[in-house]
Amino acid sequence: MSTFWSIWISVIVLGTVFGCAWLLWATRKSQTTDVETDRTMGHSFDGIEEYDNPLPKWWFYLFMATCVFALGYLALYPGLGNYKGLLGWTSTNQWEAEVAAAEEKYGEIYAQYGNTPVPELATNEDALKIGQRLFANNCAVCHGSAARGQVGFPNLTDDDWLYGGTPDAILATLHNGRMGNMPAKGTMPSMTNEQVDQVVNYVLSFSGREKDAEAAKAGAQVFQQACVACHGPNAKGNQAMGAPNLTDNTWLYGSTYEWIKETVMNGRQNQMPAQAGRLTEDQIQILAAYVYSLSN
Amino acid sequence: MKHEIIEKNIGLMIILIILTISGGFLVEVVPLFFLKQTNEPVEGLEPLSALELEGRDIYIREGCHVCHTQQIRPFRAETERYGHYSVAGEFVYDRPFLWGSKRTGPDLARVGGRYSDAWQRQHLFNPRSVVPESNMPAFPWLFENRVDHTETASKMETLQTLGVPYSDEQISNAAEQVKGKFEIEALVAYLQQLGTVISDKR
Repeated sequence: MSTFWSIWISVIVLGTVFGCAWLLWATRKSQTTDVETDRTMGHSFDGIEEYDNPLPKWWFYLFMATCVFALGYLALYPGLGNYKGLLGWTSTNQWEAEVAAAEEKYGEIYAQYGNTPVPELATNEDALKIGQRLFANNCAVCHGSAARGQVGFPNLTDDDWLYGGTPDAILATLHNGRMGNMPAKGTMPSMTNEQVDQVVNYVLSFSGREKDAEAAKAGAQVFQQACVACHGPNAKGNQAMGAPNLTDNTWLYGSTYEWIKETVMNGRQNQMPAQAGRLTEDQIQILAAYVYSLSN
Repeated sequence: MKHEIIEKNIGLMIILIILTISGGFLVEVVPLFFLKQTNEPVEGLEPLSALELEGRDIYIREGCHVCHTQQIRPFRAETERYGHYSVAGEFVYDRPFLWGSKRTGPDLARVGGRYSDAWQRQHLFNPRSVVPESNMPAFPWLFENRVDHTETASKMETLQTLGVPYSDEQISNAAEQVKGKFEIEALVAYLQQLGTVISDKR
């Protein structure tokens, strides 16, 4: 803050405090007389007179005390421009002290958990308790408080993984996030509506639910052209790309004809946001252990 | 001085009252207009794009700021949950700022990038479909209404006069950029940039 504004603030603040005190002091009425007529304002309307009593003492001194308090406060805390106050308090260093105190209290525990391998940490009940809270705060909004996921957001309690369920894969997912991107009509932008119907029937046929066997048969051809690049020739998916296995009973986006058709027609985009930087390394390790423990 | 003198001279009383009550304003508000800390944007702060600006207006129209604050206070409990505390330089282009005053829902100052676009859309369409405990209202009409592109440029011009550094080119392209977009796209674009300038989340 420039010197001008520093002086501006100091002068007005002190001026106001002293001004209030002076005003109160200078206009106070100390009445020692017992003569009744001296205690009225001196006017009378229809015989009604107005008392002119002094301020109650307790009120007067309390007001004076607030002025003294204000001066004490201004001496201790930064209230006068650039003056830092005797205590040197700022909201930032209060926050830093809070963080440092927490670090001292929890730092060791976190560091210890942070250095424990995920599978071992996943058997530590205390670590899992912390993990559960971290999960509730940071992950449950998408994956649900029971980690069972919902349409578009994977269930973390089952054994089916888009990007792998090994400790390393979970850690990588947490650290860097994941970009799920299925392009509309896969790698075959020219897919006709008829071909969409065929390929959807083909996908349904993996679980014996095709509506039209003829179409499903034709769909195999379309699948080869549009889908194999990610989902693989056997439609078993590819964890390197996060392409789901289409032959099992786990569906990120509905398994009915309509849902699958919607997926093929418009593609699917979703994202797991990266947590590195948002959470500490130790917290990520604990979260990974918690997630790992849900299915192991 | 006698109290009587003040009481019987209304002019003097007015002056003294004004002096007394203006102290707070002169000290706490006036200097803020001239301080570097409150007037200079933090490094990397860009004015909202046309689409984000329309999103911000939808945010205001739907009253999001009534239940969501956009200000992280410097307490550990808040910085652990929401990220780095808010600083004045992040809000210099906000006219008016949307700090809010009550958290019925969580603070949104750094919600940008925290959830995926798909999550934001689904959540706004029906909050309970992703967060069963939520008491947030649903906003399905955002998926049907298109953004009104006719006013975008004049909104940006107004902000430009107020000191937001929009280029004339940005203003002339504004309508083009938001034309035909759904309101949900604008709102999600606005939400996804919130608080992303300070990338140090801790």
